[in-house]
Amino acid sequence: MANFFTDNTALKHHLSHPLMRKIVELKERNFADADKYDYAPQNFEDAMDSYEKVLEIAGEISGDIVAPNAESVDHEGPHVVDGHVVYAQGTQENLKALVQAGLMGISLPRRYNGLNFSLVPYIMAADMVSRADAGFVNIWGLQDCAETIYEFADDDQRMRYLPRVCAGETMAMDLTEPDAGSDLQAVMLKATFNEADGTWRLNGVKRFITNGDGHIALVLARSEEGSKDGRGLSMFIYDRNDGGVTVRRIENKMGIKGSPTCELVFKNAKAELCGSRRLGLIKYVMALMNGARLGIAAQSVGVSESAYREALAYAMDRKQFGKAIIEFPAVAEMVSMIKAKLDASRSLLYETTRFVDIYKTYEDIARERTLAPEERAEMKKYSRLADAFTPLAKGMGSEFCNQNAYDCVQVHGGSGFMKDYACERIYRDARITSIYEGTTQLQVVAAIRHVTTGTYLGRIKEYENESYAESLLPLKNKLVEMTAKFEQAVEKVTATKDTEYVDFQARRLVEMAGHIVMGYLLISDATRNSEFEASAANYIRFGEAEVARHAEFIGKFEPEMVASYKA
Amino acid sequence: MSLNIVVLAKQVPDTRNVGKDAMKEDGTINRAALPAIFNPEDLNALEQALQLKDQNPGSRITLLTMGPPRASEIIREGLYRGADTGIVLTSRAFAGADTLATSYAIAAAVKHIKQFDIVIGGRQAIDGDTAQVGPQVAEKLGIPQVTYAEEIIKVENGVATIKRRLKNGVETVEAPLPLVVTVNGSAAPCRPRNARFVQKYKYAVTPSEKANLGEDMLRLVDSREYLNLYEWDEKVVEADVEQIGLAGSPTKVKGIENVVFTAKESKVLDGGNDAEIEDLIKELITNHTIG
Repeated sequence: MANFFTDNTALKHHLSHPLMRKIVELKERNFADADKYDYAPQNFEDAMDSYEKVLEIAGEISGDIVAPNAESVDHEGPHVVDGHVVYAQGTQENLKALVQAGLMGISLPRRYNGLNFSLVPYIMAADMVSRADAGFVNIWGLQDCAETIYEFADDDQRMRYLPRVCAGETMAMDLTEPDAGSDLQAVMLKATFNEADGTWRLNGVKRFITNGDGHIALVLARSEEGSKDGRGLSMFIYDRNDGGVTVRRIENKMGIKGSPTCELVFKNAKAELCGSRRLGLIKYVMALMNGARLGIAAQSVGVSESAYREALAYAMDRKQFGKAIIEFPAVAEMVSMIKAKLDASRSLLYETTRFVDIYKTYEDIARERTLAPEERAEMKKYSRLADAFTPLAKGMGSEFCNQNAYDCVQVHGGSGFMKDYACERIYRDARITSIYEGTTQLQVVAAIRHVTTGTYLGRIKEYENESYAESLLPLKNKLVEMTAKFEQAVEKVTATKDTEYVDFQARRLVEMAGHIVMGYLLISDATRNSEFEASAANYIRFGEAEVARHAEFIGKFEPEMVASYKA
Repeated sequence: MSLNIVVLAKQVPDTRNVGKDAMKEDGTINRAALPAIFNPEDLNALEQALQLKDQNPGSRITLLTMGPPRASEIIREGLYRGADTGIVLTSRAFAGADTLATSYAIAAAVKHIKQFDIVIGGRQAIDGDTAQVGPQVAEKLGIPQVTYAEEIIKVENGVATIKRRLKNGVETVEAPLPLVVTVNGSAAPCRPRNARFVQKYKYAVTPSEKANLGEDMLRLVDSREYLNLYEWDEKVVEADVEQIGLAGSPTKVKGIENVVFTAKESKVLDGGNDAEIEDLIKELITNHTIG
């Protein structure tokens, strides 16, 4: 009888962030649905109460069904029968429970039978499901793809596909191919328009497709004969009911073994164009990926949460030299730092989610009416912040997730290396988070322009001007000093106007920004809730040292030194 | 065919998580220390009702519970999972009832519902463990009963096909409607609360709860019929006051003892000798402790 919502006070803390009022009022269009749908909220308080009640359901399913199934799912895994995926028994049970609970299509509008929830509770559910089973969250979380259909498909397609997602059908995004991984411009899967019956047909192979046998898939394919780059790619919707795609095999992975990673063969598979031709990669995939990256940031936080709990429980239980090992400073520091990184990455996750929520909702409102100039300005502001914070949340959150899983095993000592404890699965599951949906290196590529153009610094200055509890001012002063070091480092690197050199130092600069941002978020959390005080102090001490380390490296590094790193 | 289904449910103290404060000095249950929950096997019963509703669109599930006014909590729990409405059978006159008086009151309420095809309840409640109420309700209604049900496979042409879980196996029986079914804990677990239903029904109230609402909420509840639950007393269900509550209960409690389990005898094996372990297993099989 575990409830991953009620047993984790951090979640309610983030759910009650002051910005939620604005987010909910925007999302609910001032509660215009109140009398149209029997499950729509009457006002802000009503909406928040519903968020909590629904998250309690998600927390209960995560704790009572998904988490207990995680081990057997890891062992059993999915398999292929007649070209289609059969999930592990536990996966089927998990999915059934979440569908019965109506936890599909959480953020879609009510006219498609969605819950029309803000992104915050959706990401929070993903956070909890990930804590329960990092592999399973992929199958459930691919409902994200419905957002792309909602944003870019036509009305008829929305009406046909979105209610199916809300009723529990799963999705997939078919992007990667054997020769097109990080570089999606190289996608070869061929889409040809059949004049005779007026349909598009897909032929080719996709690889590493998560939940590749989902009911509804978004497929990136080359629609423009003879084209070579991203501008020849379009997005298609493939409906499994139409047939034409078979699963050739499921990859045998290191972790997230319950999530079927498929190699797909398209043989004249019927598909529908989604949106406009040629915009597949340059517009739709970018939107899709940003959503997916936020999902991986949530997955990373969820896995960190499980790593923290496993490490803490073991450290309190295990006795050596006559006392619990948590009594030893070396172990206590490890556990506290797992917690600090967990709290920091979670605060960044929800800050990012709020930014995405606000700009996406404005975008949606813009489909109904013209935005007022101040609304447009706000949309632009939050869109830019979301763009800057998403790679930060995914990049740093997934790296922390890996560090936390590593330390969790370390706390377990020899036992952690055995299959007897959950930490070994957590360790394997964590590893993918910093790789898929864009490696950490690619997150840095996306983030660095916000270092050079000053998005991060601008936001950091805003944080600096906010008010914090008196007792936290020494920590804030550290952050001000860290910011000065960051500005200095940015100045030194950008002054060279050498792109290669900027790229070389990019990760260090992005991390410096990340530490400062997360430091501010934690003192803001600690101002509202004293539970965060220890993590704020521990994280900022750690971040301060990291920022100093990077500043030192950059300070003593001259552009010509890059040469010695070249193969 | 759409069915009118009545699910019998009871709000019980959660005796599965008993701590040291579970009993008061005088041996009675300390209700404050035990959370009140939906009786587990009644949830199994509700799931059977929901499956029947899935199979027979247009069916309607009414939850019926007897207890204090706060028993409306489990009605809402049921609505969140897919039931349509609920009745709390409540009155001081019902208090102190044993299984005979309880089944009389519940049977009176079911009669008052008038239209019912199938009455489903859990096998027994975890606070009393009698398993008597369901069968007695059937007797008082004068209709067939199927006990220890594990699955109501289907209802067709006025006949229910039901799988029963018995001590030595399973059997599948048919029974004509209307009938009473009591469901075993081995049946499918109840589905989770549903996000839409939770939002739809979270303000559902009984008349006594409604009396405490503010103006805005009152307006909302008045404008939506499904938010109005029922509260019936002995007069509504036309029960004979001699047959309900303490008056209608022949069971008299003579005394209550606080029983603490202690090991009577024990045997310690060091595990080094296989023959010893084998002997113990044989002994345990012979005295039917295992096997």
